[in-house]
Amino acid sequence: MPHDDPDHPHALLPPEPALRVKALETILVEKGLIDPAALEEIIETYQNRIGPQNGARVVARAWSDPEFKAALLADADPVLADLGYYGRQGEHMVVVENTPAQHNMVVCTLCSCYPWPLLGIPPGWYKSDAYRARAVREPRKVLADFGVTLPEGTAVRVWDSTAEVRYLVLPVRPEGSAGLSEDDLAALVTRDSMIGTGLAKVPEGAPS
Amino acid sequence: MTRVHDMGGRFGDGPVVPEAADAPVFAEDWHARALAVTLACGALGQWNIDTSRHARERLSPQDYSRFSYYEKWIAALADLLVEKDVLTREDLQGKGAAGLHALAERALTAKNAAAALAKGGPADRQGGPKPRFNPGQAVRARLPADNALVDGGHTRLPQYAAGARGYILRMHGTHVFPDSSAHGLGEAPEPLYAVRFPARVLWAHAEHPGDEVVLDLWQSYLEPL
Repeated sequence: MPHDDPDHPHALLPPEPALRVKALETILVEKGLIDPAALEEIIETYQNRIGPQNGARVVARAWSDPEFKAALLADADPVLADLGYYGRQGEHMVVVENTPAQHNMVVCTLCSCYPWPLLGIPPGWYKSDAYRARAVREPRKVLADFGVTLPEGTAVRVWDSTAEVRYLVLPVRPEGSAGLSEDDLAALVTRDSMIGTGLAKVPEGAPS
Repeated sequence: MTRVHDMGGRFGDGPVVPEAADAPVFAEDWHARALAVTLACGALGQWNIDTSRHARERLSPQDYSRFSYYEKWIAALADLLVEKDVLTREDLQGKGAAGLHALAERALTAKNAAAALAKGGPADRQGGPKPRFNPGQAVRARLPADNALVDGGHTRLPQYAAGARGYILRMHGTHVFPDSSAHGLGEAPEPLYAVRFPARVLWAHAEHPGDEVVLDLWQSYLEPL
């Protein structure tokens, strides 16, 4: 492995990434600057407690309840705070609705901004150079990488998260989902459909 | 300033490779550790989110390009800890002084970790300059896309939008200004707008005449038309 830029302090740590993290963690724990139990709590939060299931519940409710949807689209923060979906990287939420005329898609070209309280930690592809570089210039080709083709009449609006505002896409409610419970609707909502690189799943047995 | 991290619109990247919906949140155990150590160090209160973004962007271009995602986080964290005098270079080499650190009393505990994450850190502020633009108004994003306060400093105006004509779509209120905040110059809050740019304005070969890109831009990034 080539050496790190030697002017930077990080080059003083071991080159292998897992050992590098371990070394830094050990130093910080010895000095009392971090508590290993707090690290476990943070990991537990994002590994198991917070994830796209939160966003899916919000979408299912918006599909079922017109008043909730109207309030969510008008000013998402108080609505989401009421549901307990607030916190780091989700302090300023805007929900944008997909329609037959407009498909929304979210990216952060500068880093990896993402609505953590609703979707959890972003997947690897969202943080990849290819997605960050291409999503704004050729969103339809990027959608094709996900197997999604939009009708010619649908315009694409790409939201580049350049500030602390975080965006959640409200996908189009799929055909054949009439009469389903909120729980069943939530099962149709994929993480990618809330980023805009996917569509909601069509219920089994429904004509597609 | 164009830097390696400002990659919107860049040519030459391959396909986006989606992973399975049920892929683990952290592909490797050390990814989870890197995230947790970074968040726990942030709780020491020696820097803000803009400072930490800037620290990642200031990795040398070869390090930024070569490191995987969480390697960037850890490298920037180590750099920041030394830069902010929390650790010394000797500490990083395992040759530093032993004993508890003066900041140890600020360490995040297991008991308050979840509450700290749930509390968040809102960026909206009262005061600051009055909004200069209204929804629907045409504006031009400043050219060049550089920090007007600090030579070579942090900015959140991507290169690809600099100089382009767009339209105010919505107002987000008044938010901390990263170009100032990242450099210890204060929060200097400014009105923040979502600005829509027709794809045909941004790109020589837009994919579709109706497509748009929306960016969140601070008032001082924008000029009236």
